[in-house]
Amino acid sequence: MLEVRALSKRFGGVTAADEISLEVRAGEVHALIGPNGAGKTTLIGLISGSLAADSGEVLFFRNNLTLAPPHARVRAGLARSFQATSIFPRFTVLENLALAVQARTGSSFSFWRPVREETALFEEAAALAEQIGLSERRDRFAAALAHGEQRALEIGLALATRPRLLLLDEPTAGMGAEESRRMIALIERLRAGIAVLLVEHDMDAVFRLADRVSVLVTGRVIATGTPAEIRAHPEVRVAYLGDEGAG
Amino acid sequence: MARLAALLALALPLALQAADQSYYISLAARILVYALAASSLNLILGYGGMVSFGHAAFFGLGAYVSGVLLAEGAASAWIGWPAAVAVSALAAAAIGAVSLRTRGVYFIMITLAFAQMMYYLVISVKAYGGDEGLTLPDRARLGFGLNLESDIAFYYVVLAVLGLALLALGRLTHSRFGRALAAIRDNETRMEAIGFPVLRYKLAAFVIAGAAAGLAGALLASQAKYVSPNLLHWTQSGTLMIMVILGGVGRLWGGVLGAALLLGLEELFSGFTLHTPFYIGAVLLAVVLFAPRGLAGLFSAARDA
Repeated sequence: MLEVRALSKRFGGVTAADEISLEVRAGEVHALIGPNGAGKTTLIGLISGSLAADSGEVLFFRNNLTLAPPHARVRAGLARSFQATSIFPRFTVLENLALAVQARTGSSFSFWRPVREETALFEEAAALAEQIGLSERRDRFAAALAHGEQRALEIGLALATRPRLLLLDEPTAGMGAEESRRMIALIERLRAGIAVLLVEHDMDAVFRLADRVSVLVTGRVIATGTPAEIRAHPEVRVAYLGDEGAG
Repeated sequence: MARLAALLALALPLALQAADQSYYISLAARILVYALAASSLNLILGYGGMVSFGHAAFFGLGAYVSGVLLAEGAASAWIGWPAAVAVSALAAAAIGAVSLRTRGVYFIMITLAFAQMMYYLVISVKAYGGDEGLTLPDRARLGFGLNLESDIAFYYVVLAVLGLALLALGRLTHSRFGRALAAIRDNETRMEAIGFPVLRYKLAAFVIAGAAAGLAGALLASQAKYVSPNLLHWTQSGTLMIMVILGGVGRLWGGVLGAALLLGLEELFSGFTLHTPFYIGAVLLAVVLFAPRGLAGLFSAARDA
């Protein structure tokens, strides 16, 4: 469904993405691993459109989205979450989710009618809150949530756009073991209907969730394969898994 | 609060007339005009988080469009005021389309630069007074048997316009558009990432604000029977901004309270000192230090308590 062809991006003298080619198939969880600075977040930015590629192409269901702005990619079914939590702190959980639903349902060039009267919007938002386990927190301001809850809301915002492919940038970043476990369970529930491109440092999570894994090192994909293949890949063991792989 | 304010505003000119203080009716009308201009700035500055330092361009442009039409003999307000709104909206669309691609300090500077360009443009048009401004023969005519030359009638017309504008602003902030605008202020990147074409929304708000400022300008031209290039000067943008900050950034009544406070203080201080700006500065300092959410913030804090 998603095809990335020879995507490159340079920041000054640093090549953050060096002719990256990658394919995400329908229904799969595709993990993207690699050491810090390998270009994982850059790649997510290039695919979601928040960064403009220097060269290469992004194809989604055969549509060329390389030049499309981020909001158009979201409409096409490509939603992302952020590594550093990016939510609307001064809105409640329900309002956060309703905003994302609002983006998808009709024009927001409506100046007179109060949003509050649109019950369908808030019903869907409530269902999303339920799905991400924040039902009891739905009327809290997002700023007042615990870190793990904010991370869940982060995913919820992306889900509200009804994506066909979800780009998750380190969903368990900064989480304790218990919170991580819950997040992994959430992603596992999602995989039924949505393909996921998952950037993750937690190897347990990667090997548990992923159907396939791509390894990124200094802006290049050095290997793609099943978790078992990646574990056994000699180059990957040297470049990335290091002690962990040897142990 | 709205009802009390409306009642006060409706009774004010009658009370002033009864007290034989008719001069202040004209000041009150000026305050209402500035309240509209400041409220329009509050829409983009407060609700939208766009710190425009060039809002006077639209205010002054509206004043000039209406003023030039009056000077040329097109006396009907039904021509002059919509024309002022349309021209200011167009200018806001053009300036916004360029400026809104920048952020932060760059946005402040580029809006300031555009406004100064308009300022010098107006000064250069000698046919309409150049840097001396343009004195107008009469106020605009509204018809319906209303004579706007009467300060009381004019006051009530401006009050009606401001009332409608505040009603619209209040509705807007709770509408889909208003929520999207507030969310853009909160987190623009995320708005783009959940599918909002952010620039389009910001530009729409910018144009609405510019149009409303243009209307305020047109009203001011009739109120003073004089338009001056100073209306477009960057210090005028600063004045509008100070009104918003004094009154309450992102609060429905912020523009109104700020305009009333600033112009009221100016009037008060000018009675006994030549150093008005000094005292105004002291008040601004006090508000920023002790009521950082502005006067409107004080009111709502009292209600929450």
